[in-house]
Amino acid sequence: MLRFALTRVAMALPTLLIVAVSVFVLIRLIPGDPAQLMLGDLATPASLADLRAKLGLDQSLPTQFLIWIGKVLQGDFGQSINSQQAVLPLILSRFWVSAQIVLTAVLLASLVAVPAGVIAAWRQDSTLDLGLVATATLLLSIPTFWLGLLLLLFFGLKLEWLPVVGYVSIGDDPWAGVLYLVMPILTLFLHEIGVILRMARASTLEVMRLDYITHARAKGLSEMAVLWRHAFKNAFGPTWTLIGLVLGNLLGGIAVVETVFTIPGLGRLLVDAIFARDYPVIQGCMLFVAFTYVLVNLVIDLCYPIFDPRVTAE
Amino acid sequence: MKTPAPNALIGGALIGGLAIVAGIGAVWTPFDPLQLSFRAKLAAPSAAHWLGTDEFGRDVLSRLMAGAATSVWISLLTVLLAVTLGTIIGIFSGYVRGWFDRIVMAFNDALLAFPGILLALGLLAVVGANKYGIIVALGIAYTPSVARIVRGTVLSLREKEFISASRVMGNSEAFTMARHILPNCIAPLTVLATSLFGWVLLAESALSFLGLGVPPPAPTWGNMLAGSRPYIGQAVWLGIFPGLCISLTLLGINLLGDAVRDRLDPRMRGMR
Repeated sequence: MLRFALTRVAMALPTLLIVAVSVFVLIRLIPGDPAQLMLGDLATPASLADLRAKLGLDQSLPTQFLIWIGKVLQGDFGQSINSQQAVLPLILSRFWVSAQIVLTAVLLASLVAVPAGVIAAWRQDSTLDLGLVATATLLLSIPTFWLGLLLLLFFGLKLEWLPVVGYVSIGDDPWAGVLYLVMPILTLFLHEIGVILRMARASTLEVMRLDYITHARAKGLSEMAVLWRHAFKNAFGPTWTLIGLVLGNLLGGIAVVETVFTIPGLGRLLVDAIFARDYPVIQGCMLFVAFTYVLVNLVIDLCYPIFDPRVTAE
Repeated sequence: MKTPAPNALIGGALIGGLAIVAGIGAVWTPFDPLQLSFRAKLAAPSAAHWLGTDEFGRDVLSRLMAGAATSVWISLLTVLLAVTLGTIIGIFSGYVRGWFDRIVMAFNDALLAFPGILLALGLLAVVGANKYGIIVALGIAYTPSVARIVRGTVLSLREKEFISASRVMGNSEAFTMARHILPNCIAPLTVLATSLFGWVLLAESALSFLGLGVPPPAPTWGNMLAGSRPYIGQAVWLGIFPGLCISLTLLGINLLGDAVRDRLDPRMRGMR
């Protein structure tokens, strides 16, 4: 078990390094001189040279990378050109907003979609199965930014049950904070139900065909015991991996939902930084999200043996 | 000949419909999609304007048709770019093997470690947010997944006898790759390109929705949705129709994808 964990962690390290290099190279490819961008019209040749030296832009690229990665490892992601704020605290405060939406939505979606997928597979080709699969495919096909708009139209403008747009921190006002989060969470929840249900159904179907399920039934076990103890436990692996991918993809793609509901999350921070060409923020956000994605998948991998002890033996 | 599965029929009909609308939209629309008319702004659907007009009095149906043409065109070019780049990288990597393969695939996998849309956002910052920028950014962002799949196919192909035969016959490596490896990658590539088309269309709409895609006034479904947001309370149709178009297209692609998978996966055969 320990060896399995250590191998997985060791395998993630080169990926993290290459991710860091990719982000660094990508940002260096953005046309224009960052020093010129930071100083704007006030730039003089002397002040430009000064700032370049301060930012290390006069060094060779490998040196620049080493300086940068050294600072990143100490938690120094640089400073926003626009707001002059330190990038990491900015990212962390916005990450918290996005993370509570994504985590709640995926948790709730898994709680509904996994059992629903298992039941659909159990009753394969019944009306119930057909209905569940059709609903899932439909939900999966509706882009979150449209689903969000529809919910906003219905619950916000028509029924006036929920506040339309904006964000209140749960720490400041718990009730209002929750109300503002309901629609964004509901949007992602509905969409991810589609994704997770189909996967849970497909992987349960794979298992239900195997001989040991027939054997379990022949032993006279109740359907509940066959489904839960034999089918579900062995079928959950692929779904669990998918949930990790979904979490990471949502963090990368949450900008659209944050735009619909005007929520100051991490996605919006990145998009605004792209508009403003605030390159330390773009760089910080990309690195942060990519690292989080790798780490989430690592944690998912490390939890895998809980459901399927066979993987540690490989 | 078996009757086609319902998902193939519905999916085919939806995608066929999209192709027709996009084809017509590229050459003809009922009104000029860019023509402003302040007298007719935010008009509800009527006999003259079937799907109503937007905040500038532009005909929504015309804009949806022109938008379909733009979105389909962008998605096709993007898929073509990703498939071409990915196939070249995948074939070389899988065929040459050794150090070249290891280094290329290490970078490839690191790029796969970015959520697709995030990589596209980063690339957009480099190439600029416009029609061509979006094609380049999304094309490059989806290249690693193509390269991965092609390489996998090539790895198993290169051990086949007909490949050794081609070498023994004295054919050059380049000839063997082009004449024998490439044609055998077409089947998995077709399946992949279909789902890629869906992902790209969704990503393009999302980026346009964020204002990072095709800039207004040129219509795309994504930027029409974004433009509808401030008026959605008074002009519901502005928010409904573009989203419906995107959803129906994605539904069509998902259903077609399911149908193809059911057909190709022998274990699924006869189960429906």
